[in-house]
Amino acid sequence: MTLALTALALPFLAFVLQALVPPLRRSGRGAAAVSIVCVGGSLAAAARLWLAPLGAPLVRRWEWIPADGGPLVTVGIYLDPTAQAMLVLVTLVAFLVQLYSLSYLREEPAPALGRYYTYQSLFAFSMLGLVLAPNFVEMFIFWELVGLCSYLLIGFWYERPAAARAAVKAFWTTRLGDVGFVIGIVLLWRATGTFDFETLFGLAEAGRLPAGLALTMFLIYLGAVGKSAQFPLHVWLPDAMEGPTPVSALIHAATMVAAGVFMVTRAFPLFAVVPEVLTIMAWVGAFTALLAATMACVENDIKRVLAYSTVSQLGYMMAAAGAAAPSAAFFHLLTHGVFKALLFLAAGAAIHAVGSSDIRQMGRLFGALPQTGIVFLIGTLALSGVWPFAGFFSKEAVLSAVWDGHLVGPFLMLALTALLTAAYMFRVVFVAFFGADRAEGHPHDAPPLMAIPLWVLAFLTVAIGVRVAVAGGEMHHPRGWLTALSLGLAGVGVAIALVTYQWRVISPAALSRALRPFDFMARRRYGIDGAYAGIYRGIILGFAWLIGWIDRYVVDGLLNALSAGTLSAGDLLRRIQNGRAQDYVYGVACGLLALLVASQIWR
Amino acid sequence: MGLQAYLLLAAAVFAIGLFGVLTRRNAVGILLGIELMLNAVNINLVAFSRFNGDLAGMVFALFTIAITVAEVAVGLAIVIVIFRVRKTVEADRLDLLKG
Repeated sequence: MTLALTALALPFLAFVLQALVPPLRRSGRGAAAVSIVCVGGSLAAAARLWLAPLGAPLVRRWEWIPADGGPLVTVGIYLDPTAQAMLVLVTLVAFLVQLYSLSYLREEPAPALGRYYTYQSLFAFSMLGLVLAPNFVEMFIFWELVGLCSYLLIGFWYERPAAARAAVKAFWTTRLGDVGFVIGIVLLWRATGTFDFETLFGLAEAGRLPAGLALTMFLIYLGAVGKSAQFPLHVWLPDAMEGPTPVSALIHAATMVAAGVFMVTRAFPLFAVVPEVLTIMAWVGAFTALLAATMACVENDIKRVLAYSTVSQLGYMMAAAGAAAPSAAFFHLLTHGVFKALLFLAAGAAIHAVGSSDIRQMGRLFGALPQTGIVFLIGTLALSGVWPFAGFFSKEAVLSAVWDGHLVGPFLMLALTALLTAAYMFRVVFVAFFGADRAEGHPHDAPPLMAIPLWVLAFLTVAIGVRVAVAGGEMHHPRGWLTALSLGLAGVGVAIALVTYQWRVISPAALSRALRPFDFMARRRYGIDGAYAGIYRGIILGFAWLIGWIDRYVVDGLLNALSAGTLSAGDLLRRIQNGRAQDYVYGVACGLLALLVASQIWR
Repeated sequence: MGLQAYLLLAAAVFAIGLFGVLTRRNAVGILLGIELMLNAVNINLVAFSRFNGDLAGMVFALFTIAITVAEVAVGLAIVIVIFRVRKTVEADRLDLLKG
């Protein structure tokens, strides 16, 4: 309990220190040191906590909003094995990312660096708070904080219009889902009278949850759709690449997008009572996975490829959750968190070396950047689901869960996605790291501060995989044909990439001609971004125009008429004021006479 | 003679005074009109005092006379100053307050 609180409080302490002590923040490296030490301490606490086995969930609550018959809302911590594992992942990735950033952003001016680390600390704190939240209200607060931090970090280079736009886009898109989330939370409270997870899970276990929760849970699921970039709210994630690369690693691996999947995993006992929502979740997840994978195939920006692969893998996780296997979803979340952080940081090192994120401007980087190349290859193998890397087992667990859920459609989509994943990831590897063209200039390997996090993550990617492969473990129930299928799919994907981009037996152009309709659509992002832009222009701007018209002609018109009336009335009345005292007296006399007569008539 | 005759006289004097105030073009004439109106009031006061056997009316009439004197003094002073500045005392042309 103390350890969990320590893990939560340290990043907050770092944030408060940096926020309230401007000289510290402006010193840049000092702020970074504070931030890294605090999140390192947090990591140590989380790791220590993880080593201690935990029976029943550990809950501690403090009253927050009092009400008749017990507090309405409490704050506190809810610690179960899921939260334990998540704490380690979040603190680990945050720690490594902060370490890496120190080198990656060394050319930033000191105040900007301090600002960066302030946000990073707040981000780590928010995500840890979300993981430990014991009720929906506290979770929602941290949920929004996470959204705020990703807004701030995506827009870190706010002088660049693209970054500012991407930050706003991320904020608004996720906010759309959050509207559903908050309505869902309130509806759930109306139905059950509590926000508390433990109470709610107790009700669910006893089968005493009120009926008709489908809409409520669907609304809560919408929050995850926005946060975890599910179709149709996935558009913000690829644009979020405008932030610094380590931020992308953090957002994609352990924090922002993980929040949605984590919430679904956490609240799964509640989702379990509404099979309709689970079915939607599985289909949307699988569809998202496939859609994003096709878009990743035609993308030339290395970070965007990774971004689409994240969307795709999140689709995997959601599909697993929809197949009533939250543990598979969570397992994939953990392994994906590790190797996606690795991939992003490695991509960052490559971008750093080449000075561009376009894979067509890279080439034969493996020779120049052997370290980066090796770790990127490890991450790619894990993401493609090659034995014995971590991704293989979690992906297989997901596929197995979806198959067990008798969701044939999603299963086929996910299988196809597995093939595409291997294909597009190896496309990047072959084009950027092997390939025929040489990158310009003299790229060199990353400095040690950047290399260490890469090697740690690469080691973990392999270690988790080997650990599961050797020990089996509860997550891995081998199923012969499925193993063969997923390995076969990955193999076919790799082969396609190899033949097309390395040996160039088939030219990429011929491939895209053969798959013309898909190629055409995927390059235009299936028109989804365009549709949003159209909706924005059509509806929002149309509405704004209407409001503007009303304001200009109705509201202003009313006021103008009023002032014009006053002016003309004054103009009329001033004629009486001719300045001659005698005429005034005449008026007074007439008035007096009128009063007299009136008083005589109506006495 | 009854009270009514006095009151009629007072009313007539008041009406004449009012007419003068409203129609005279000379500022001095207007002041004279005001004097007439005030004197009409005095007649009323004295007449009521006499017929009600109450001396308060007489006292008030004295007050009125004193105040009238002051008013005429101030009024004429103003007229003289106006004449010095504007070279006229015609009421129609004194319309500085025109809106």
